[in-house]
Amino acid sequence: MNGQALGLAVSVFLACAVEAVEALTIVLAVGTTRSWRSALGGAAAAVLALIAATAVLGPGLTSLPIDTLRLVVGGLLLVFGLQWLRKAILRGAGLKSLHDEEEIFRKEAAAAAAAGAPHDRLDPYSFTIAFKGVLLEGLEVVFIALTFGANQHRLGLAAVAAGAAVVLVAAIGVAIRSPLANVPENAMKFSVGVMLTSFGIFWGAEGAGAQWPEGDAALLLLVPAVAAFSLLLVRLFRSTVVVGRAVEA
Amino acid sequence: MTRLRAAAVGAWEFLAGDDWVTAIGVLLALGVTGLVSEGSEAWFVMPLAVGLLLTLSIWREARKHDQA
Repeated sequence: MNGQALGLAVSVFLACAVEAVEALTIVLAVGTTRSWRSALGGAAAAVLALIAATAVLGPGLTSLPIDTLRLVVGGLLLVFGLQWLRKAILRGAGLKSLHDEEEIFRKEAAAAAAAGAPHDRLDPYSFTIAFKGVLLEGLEVVFIALTFGANQHRLGLAAVAAGAAVVLVAAIGVAIRSPLANVPENAMKFSVGVMLTSFGIFWGAEGAGAQWPEGDAALLLLVPAVAAFSLLLVRLFRSTVVVGRAVEA
Repeated sequence: MTRLRAAAVGAWEFLAGDDWVTAIGVLLALGVTGLVSEGSEAWFVMPLAVGLLLTLSIWREARKHDQA
């Protein structure tokens, strides 16, 4: 496995694991409060919809000419990567609250309990909430896996990495029957953001016609450079926040 | 028409997230790279643009945070 393939596998696995943790919280909340059968049915239907979306969009992307593909993939990875990185930096700097799975679980469970008595057979509330939660969290992962995989013609590897993450998170969720509150979500989001942004810069520039000095080896500098710059921003803006609070006090 | 509009708005929000300025900035940076790459090395445009866009995005959010 070369460096780009490893980058693909790690990025897709981490992105999928983070989104699976968030989706698991929603499914657990409606499952424990109302109906396991309907919640799991909704989650399974969403997974099928995501697989269908991948099957429809995948061949369309891989059939694009290589330069167009790199431009489209680079642009999409950058747009998604910068969203992930921005949120991770804001959370790291204390400008945005950390994702609290236990708090989200409590809110979702309270909303589910307040939605009236569940139906005996198929509970529409549980089904819909689980379906929406898994679909929305999974859609971004589908785009990440598709864009990364299509550009390297390794959609199979992307699918395996995504599937492994879902199976791992689901297995842990089933075993402990509570939200995965101790997963270092922000560190994982930071890593995914760095990888997506680095690969997005690399492929986007190539797709637009630029040539990297040293070719593919430029990625070996780009990834640590993006990580170092992002950590610098965390440090810079964290100290700004601390100074601001000290002045207020 | 309303559904079409809602779908377009949904797709835009999905792609641009809560920072459309950065999304537009990425498109512009790719365009500039395409223009500059005609006659010279253009690889430096994207890293420079991304560094600038990310810093500005965090700075805007920090300002909002301070004003709140």
